[in-house]
Amino acid sequence: MASLKELRARIGSVKSTRKITSAMKMVAAAKLRRAQTHAEAARPYAAAMRRMLGELAGAMSGEDGAPKLLAGSGEDRVHLLVPITSDRGLAGGFNSNINRTTRLTIRRLQAEGKTVKLLPIGRKGFDFLSRDYADLIVDHVIGVGGKEIPFSAASDLGAKITKLLENGEFDVCTVIYNRFQNVMSQVPTPLQLIPLGLDANEAKPDPNAAQYEFEPDEQTLLERLLPRNLQVQIYAALLESAAGEQGARMTAMDNATRNAGKAIDRLTQKYNRTRQANITNDLIEIISGAQAV
Amino acid sequence: MPIKVEIISPEKVLVSRDVDMVVMPGEEGDIAAMPEHAPMMLLLRGGTVALYDGDTVTDRYFVGGGFADMTPVRCTILADEAVPVTEISIDSATARLEELTEAWDAADKSDAARLEGLMAKIQSVRAEIDAGAGN
Repeated sequence: MASLKELRARIGSVKSTRKITSAMKMVAAAKLRRAQTHAEAARPYAAAMRRMLGELAGAMSGEDGAPKLLAGSGEDRVHLLVPITSDRGLAGGFNSNINRTTRLTIRRLQAEGKTVKLLPIGRKGFDFLSRDYADLIVDHVIGVGGKEIPFSAASDLGAKITKLLENGEFDVCTVIYNRFQNVMSQVPTPLQLIPLGLDANEAKPDPNAAQYEFEPDEQTLLERLLPRNLQVQIYAALLESAAGEQGARMTAMDNATRNAGKAIDRLTQKYNRTRQANITNDLIEIISGAQAV
Repeated sequence: MPIKVEIISPEKVLVSRDVDMVVMPGEEGDIAAMPEHAPMMLLLRGGTVALYDGDTVTDRYFVGGGFADMTPVRCTILADEAVPVTEISIDSATARLEELTEAWDAADKSDAARLEGLMAKIQSVRAEIDAGAGN
C-alpha cells in the first residue's frame, strides 16, 4: 500500500499535468480557429483555378501533346508518395493515422510490383518512415507546419516535385494528408496530383455559351496553369493538414484533461481511505494497549 | 450594367465587388474587361489592375503576374501575389530588384528558361516600383 506521502506527491503531479494539458487545449483551440480561417480563405483561388482548368481542358480535348503534369509520363511504374504530417506530437492519432495509411499504401504498391519513392513532409512522418523505408526516401521537408504557412512553402514543394517529374524519377504522384472534416475527426486522404484527373464532363462548356478566347494560346496557358495548380493543391493540403493538426491536438488534450481529472478523483479517494485506515489502526493500537494494562 | 470583379491571391480574396470596367496588364498588352465582353482567358504580367466606376479609377492593385478569366458578367483575376498600390513598400521592392539583378548577373547565360523566368520577375518588380512611385 502506497504511503500517504507518496499519494500526495502523485496527486500533485497529476494536477500539474492537468494544468499543462488544459493550457495546450486552449492554445490548440485558438490556433485551430486561425488555421481554419486560412484554409477557408484559400478556397476561392483553388475553385477558380479548377474552373479555368476545366474550361481549358474542354477546349483542348482531343489534341495531342498534353504536358506531363496533366497526363503523367504515360506509365504507371514508379509511385511518389508525399505524406503530410506535423512536426510536433501530442496530437492523438493525427500522425500515426497518416503513417499507417502510408505504410499500407507502400505495401500494396510493392505487392503490385511497383517501385515506391517517398517525399515525407513533417518531422513525424519522416522519423517514422526512415525507420523502415529509409532507402525509399528521395527527399524530405521539415518545418512547414509552423504557425503560418506561406504560399512560398507550397510553391517550393511544387517546384521540387516538378523537377523530379522532369527528371523522370516517377510516374504517379500522390499526396496523403489529413482532410479536416471537423474538430473531432480528420480523415487520412490520398490525393493524386500527377497525372491530374481532370473530369472532362464536369468541365463540359455550355454549348450555347460563346467560345472562349485564349491569350496567348491554350498550350501556353495550360503550361503555366498546371504548375500553379500543383502548388495550389499542395497549399490546400498543407492548410487542411494544419487545421487538422490543431483539431486533433485539441481533442487529444481535452481527453487528457478529463482523464487527469478522473485520476485525481481516484487518487484523492484512495488517499482519504488510507488516511482513515491509518487512524483506525492507531486507535486500535492505543485501545488494545490500554486494555492490556 | 456593372461587371463583377474578383481579385484572388492564393492566400485570400482581395476584392469582390461590382465595377464598370477593369483594366489589367495582359502579357501581350493591357486589356479592359467590360460588361458583355467575349469570354476570354489570359496570362497577366506584373503590373497594375485598375478598377473603374464610371470614368474614374476607384482602386488600383498591383499584381505580380497571374491569370484572368473573363466572361460577359464577371472577371476573375488569379494573381500570384496582389497588394493594393497604396500598400506597396518601395524599399522592399528595391531590395528585391537588387537581389534579382545580382541573380541575373550570376546566372548561366546559356540557360534560356532560367533567364526568361528571371527577366519576367525583374520586370514585375520594376512595375511594382513604378506603381508605388506613381502613387
